[in-house]
Amino acid sequence: MSDEHIDEVSGVSTTGHEWDGIRELNNPLPRWWVITFYVTIAWALVYTTAYPAWPMLTSATKGMLGYSSRKDVKNDLAAAEAANGKYVAAIQANSVSEILTDDDLREFAVAAGAAAFKVNCTQCHGSGAQGSKGFPNLNDDDWLWGGSPDQIQQTITHGLRFASDPDTRLSEMPAFGDIIAADQIAQVSAYVASLSGKVRDASLIQPGAKVFAENCVACHGDNAKGNREFGAPDLTDAIWLYGSGETAIAAQVRAPKQGIMPAWVGRLGEIKVKELAVYVHSLGGGE
Amino acid sequence: MKFGTEIVLLSVFAFAALVAAGFGVDEPFRRHMWVLFFAVAGFTAILLRNTEFKPAAPIDPSAHMDGPIRYGAIATVFWGVVGMLVGVVIALQLAYPDLNIQPWFNFGRLRPLHTSGVVFAFGGNALLCTSLYVVQRTCRARLFGGDLAWFVFWGYQLFIVMAATGYLLGITEGREYAEPEWYVDVWLTIVWVAYLILFLGTILKRKEPHIYVANWFYLSFIVTIAMLHVVNNLSMPVSFLGSKSYSAFSGVQDALTQWWYGHNAVGFFLTAGFLGMMYYFVPKQANRPVYSYRLSIVHFWAIIFLYIWAGPHHLHYTALPDWAQTLGMAFSIMLWMPSWGGMINGLMTLSGAWDKLRTDPIIRMMVMAVAFYGMSTFEGPIMAIRAVNSLSHYTDWTIGHVHSGALGWVGMISFGAIYYMVPKLWNRHRLYSLRLVTWHFWLATLGIVVYASVMWVSGIMQGLMWREYDQQGFLVYSFAETVAAMHPYYVMRAIGGAMYLSGALIMAWNITMTILGHQREEEPMPSPVAIRPARSGAR
Repeated sequence: MSDEHIDEVSGVSTTGHEWDGIRELNNPLPRWWVITFYVTIAWALVYTTAYPAWPMLTSATKGMLGYSSRKDVKNDLAAAEAANGKYVAAIQANSVSEILTDDDLREFAVAAGAAAFKVNCTQCHGSGAQGSKGFPNLNDDDWLWGGSPDQIQQTITHGLRFASDPDTRLSEMPAFGDIIAADQIAQVSAYVASLSGKVRDASLIQPGAKVFAENCVACHGDNAKGNREFGAPDLTDAIWLYGSGETAIAAQVRAPKQGIMPAWVGRLGEIKVKELAVYVHSLGGGE
Repeated sequence: MKFGTEIVLLSVFAFAALVAAGFGVDEPFRRHMWVLFFAVAGFTAILLRNTEFKPAAPIDPSAHMDGPIRYGAIATVFWGVVGMLVGVVIALQLAYPDLNIQPWFNFGRLRPLHTSGVVFAFGGNALLCTSLYVVQRTCRARLFGGDLAWFVFWGYQLFIVMAATGYLLGITEGREYAEPEWYVDVWLTIVWVAYLILFLGTILKRKEPHIYVANWFYLSFIVTIAMLHVVNNLSMPVSFLGSKSYSAFSGVQDALTQWWYGHNAVGFFLTAGFLGMMYYFVPKQANRPVYSYRLSIVHFWAIIFLYIWAGPHHLHYTALPDWAQTLGMAFSIMLWMPSWGGMINGLMTLSGAWDKLRTDPIIRMMVMAVAFYGMSTFEGPIMAIRAVNSLSHYTDWTIGHVHSGALGWVGMISFGAIYYMVPKLWNRHRLYSLRLVTWHFWLATLGIVVYASVMWVSGIMQGLMWREYDQQGFLVYSFAETVAAMHPYYVMRAIGGAMYLSGALIMAWNITMTILGHQREEEPMPSPVAIRPARSGAR
């Protein structure tokens, strides 16, 4: 089979073998290919000498440049710490209210808080802190537990209905479905809805006000303006955590949904929590 | 009796599956065993209906054994369409999360169904049937081992069915491209060793003095996959009647083993295996000799030696020690030229036949495959560079890279091989329609271009958004903002994938009609210009 054979089209000889009609030309390796291959090998030798590479018996060669990815990270963190160290120290030393009085410090805390917010808070409160159903909007001035710097810090630190933190904020509206009659729920829902909007059946408002006075004022107040001591929301504005309208209100009266927010101080530390408090305070509704 | 032994053994197998379904210690395992039982029992029933008591007709030992190859060609087309369809579905799930149907059809379960579907079901069947086709013809020998080829074919299909249904039932080892649990792994090992014996046995009984280059590549693929599969799947089952197992490795060793496997699954399954395919079907379709024998030897051994060390580049900037990362990167860079050796040999084989690009859509497909092979094997080493990787890692750039290789190289070369093989396997004068091949070519090519470029743009954007810090060193974007920014690209990616899928559907139609023996009445492709001999007198 190894007979001499010249390919007519290219004029190049073949290896003389043939498999199912396929022959192979005797072309040499393309020169540029060989050179590039050698260059990559040479480069690899240089590179593996410069950087940690070759495994030995107990450890690997360290490389001439002394590179180490762990050292790099350490240096980067140290540089960041050096650049921001004085701010961080000041945040640690001062209360949130005091931070707010120092423009430089406040700006830094807002930037740091915004970054921490993106990582830890956007999942519930949204990228723009706009909230969604069941998760409060943090841009407005309607606060359940208060919008002063210290109150915000308190909420972030200990969370809300977070069982493992003894200082967590607690409020528990009873399930009125078990306490009052169904028609009373319809009445009180109509009354509450009427405080900020229109209702379908105005005749329900009057009896609803009576139900409200008998059952709800203890927490929500005579004027339904709410009470931040108990985290009881203001019912006269048009801001609704679990949806507006009589149906949504009735559902909430019957069997209230009660959201949970984790206590963050254990995870983020006091400094981050302060930065977050400054950031949230700066969003527009801070008091 | 025809199929006598098979029927007895399969009945025992089905009974064992039934027992396992009854006594399995966890619910997913019991369900999975029911699937196995119905698959094996159904297959047994089919054999029973086709059994005969006449003595079997004598087999001509000089004739090729093409039965399993015909089935393999059909399986390739079928699994290709299924795998690509699932790909389009999960692309849409990323763009529109409401399409996640819990629990069986959520992204987490469908994603391995897509990757295994296209890599192992489509690509695996393509490699299986072309390797058996090529080895018989280039060795002038009938397949070794009698009905062993049938066992390999059906055994492999059973592996695919068990892997796929396992994913949907939520059974997974959580190792990328190696998700099937221990019992499916054991089955694949048996099938794969049978495949190795089948292939090697055929090479050993060859009537050609030398082994053709395509067979080197196929053999390296079969041997290396056996090694990778066994080592990466070393694990201890919690119960021999349960679906859960724990890896023999832990921590960073486990990660490195996984990516040694993962990268070489790409290297030896999707590269070496398909290079074997290229080395046979490109010269055959072009009717030209392979460009350089020497290049094929040198780049073969260079690929084999270098590829196996490149895995650590999947673990840059992780707990993997720096030295291993450096080596992974250095070997990846050195891999560039060995990979390109295949591209050069593929493209230059066409010298003297370039005119066929105009007239032969199958050649066009193969050339596009080799071109994408060249592009992705250049992009790969670039992405393995630590500094580039710090941007590209975990982003959709990687997805784009994989798909330019998978859709462009693996898909296109397989389509070319299928279009070449099917008329010959079924003794048809020609394909049902060459015009439809042209349609397939353009839909697939445009689909890849859309897919890959969209993923490049979005991947780089994603990487830049992740690492965007303000002057004081604070993150600028939340993760959710980067996801929101990806949405338009996800939609475009799904469109690119749908184009590629529609091309595959056209192929399925074309191949079906060819097998059924139809020929479409159509204007023939322009005939090629006669090849002019080289300057007379040269050499």
